[in-house]
Amino acid sequence: MQDRISPFLISVLAIGIAVLYIPILVLIGYSFNASALVSVWGGFSTSWYTQLVHNQQILDAAWLSLRIGVAVSTGAVILGTFAAISLVRFPMFRGRLLLTGMVNAPLVMPEIITGITQLLLFVSMLHMLSWPHRGFTTIVIAHIAFCTAYVTITVQSRLHGADRSLEEAAMDLGSGPVRAFLDTTLPAIMPALASSWLLSFTLSLDDLVISSFVSGPGASTLPMVIFSKVKLGVSPDVNALASLIICLVGVCVLIAGYLMRRTERDRLRDAQMAER
Amino acid sequence: MGKAAAREIDGGGNGRTNGRGNARGEWLKRHGKWFIILPPMLYLLVFFLIPFGFALMISFADTAVRVPPFTDILSVSPDWHIHLSLNLGNFQYLVTDEVYGLSYVYSLKTAFFSTVICLLLGYPMAYAIARTSKSTQSVLLLVIILPFWTSFLLRVYALEGIIRETGLLNSALLWLGIIHQPLKIMHTTVAVYLGIIYSYLPFMVLPLFATLEKLDYTLREAAADLGSPPWRVFIDVTLPLSMPGIIAGSMLVFIPAIGEFVIPTLLGGPDNLMIGRVLWDEFFGNRDWPVASAVAIAFLVLLVGPIALYQHYSTKQLEA
Repeated sequence: MQDRISPFLISVLAIGIAVLYIPILVLIGYSFNASALVSVWGGFSTSWYTQLVHNQQILDAAWLSLRIGVAVSTGAVILGTFAAISLVRFPMFRGRLLLTGMVNAPLVMPEIITGITQLLLFVSMLHMLSWPHRGFTTIVIAHIAFCTAYVTITVQSRLHGADRSLEEAAMDLGSGPVRAFLDTTLPAIMPALASSWLLSFTLSLDDLVISSFVSGPGASTLPMVIFSKVKLGVSPDVNALASLIICLVGVCVLIAGYLMRRTERDRLRDAQMAER
Repeated sequence: MGKAAAREIDGGGNGRTNGRGNARGEWLKRHGKWFIILPPMLYLLVFFLIPFGFALMISFADTAVRVPPFTDILSVSPDWHIHLSLNLGNFQYLVTDEVYGLSYVYSLKTAFFSTVICLLLGYPMAYAIARTSKSTQSVLLLVIILPFWTSFLLRVYALEGIIRETGLLNSALLWLGIIHQPLKIMHTTVAVYLGIIYSYLPFMVLPLFATLEKLDYTLREAAADLGSPPWRVFIDVTLPLSMPGIIAGSMLVFIPAIGEFVIPTLLGGPDNLMIGRVLWDEFFGNRDWPVASAVAIAFLVLLVGPIALYQHYSTKQLEA
């Protein structure tokens, strides 16, 4: 039995949520402001959005960020799924503790340290191997490293809950272990893979600190361009750009959340079926 | 039931042999798992762990006017002598130049107080969410998670729109007649705190909710039935039981807050020197990579090492 929630708790919750959302809503509101002065409301206008389309610097940065995001999330989903399978399905192997540590460390490591160390690696590699040149490649490599961590954790929890009896049945009917996995378990964890792809995409799209370190001349991602503009103060075209990104990320997260809830429901149903 | 039966069948199935190609099959069975383990393992080793080795190495180098801007530690002279030159000066510099010590202490202080405020604000929020019905919970959680994934940089920028001199907060307070002069919040310590709390609040609420949701409410009822007033029930039962969530949430706020760069740069003033900002300036401003590496290594040793150990033991304790 649960007793009543006190009005105090409800008001703290309401204030907390308001604090989280008001700045974002105000930002989106002002992106439709016709006035160039950010503090004066000059009527409704979409002119800042049309200006964005003609800003070559922002278009280039957006195109770069999107390409990086797609490459990163695809790579991270593959590596992260492999890591999750290793940690869930193989209870004993040499280096298991090392892999666990390397999967969890990026989640707590201050970004600025990861960024510096990766830059030093790339610079030394370029010096010794003449590869990779700083830019698209290095940003993708660096982002995959931390996105893999998020993918592993998401997929790991889903694999823990996955019912193995189907896979075992397939193996008894003569499938090899890989074939059995691909035919039975992979479809079951597919929503988890899709949602971690989307989340990796938003993480990569948002990253400023690591990208700034490992990027080279001429390769500015969207957050890097926004950061250099924002340092100069609030401006209406950044408001429009920020609103667009927030909406894109919001849609990605909502779809990912929906997929994860569906997986959770399927998992509960599987568990009930297994009990019967 | 079904699971156990399936496993038993599988136990029998394992014994099957298929004659031809048996040796190859055996080899695959024993070593095949490495095809799955090695790709992520090698990737993270090369691109996450080994870079720390490079940073450690370069922290012992000298600056040099060349590309890359530091000297080699190991060099082979034309007469085949191997020279190892370690420069401990960078670390000595960290100790003697007080800007590093001060910014480190300042970062610790800022992160600590922000964590405490996040906890005071996040605990009642998580508690309230945990007490609602299951369907309300999932909606509220989504509401909290959404900003958690939304761009950090853009949220800090959005906050600037609220607290700047002509922003919403000042306009509202002036209109209400509470103040007669706009408050100066931007580029002050208050703005840095507001920024950190605003950005990291979801990191605190989510783990707190996870533990409070699982909390056994019958224990609270038992304490209440035995005559404890509500505040005693909270102190004696709820608070100790929610400790894992408090620790997890505090770590998730404290660690990234210490290394924070964007917030002190955009919202803070010149005297809000946090260690992340010092590192950034050393790298991009002074281009002194060896000193920056030394700062990063010292920061890592002083901070991340103990916290990793602490986390390791606290998870072990939870599992036991």
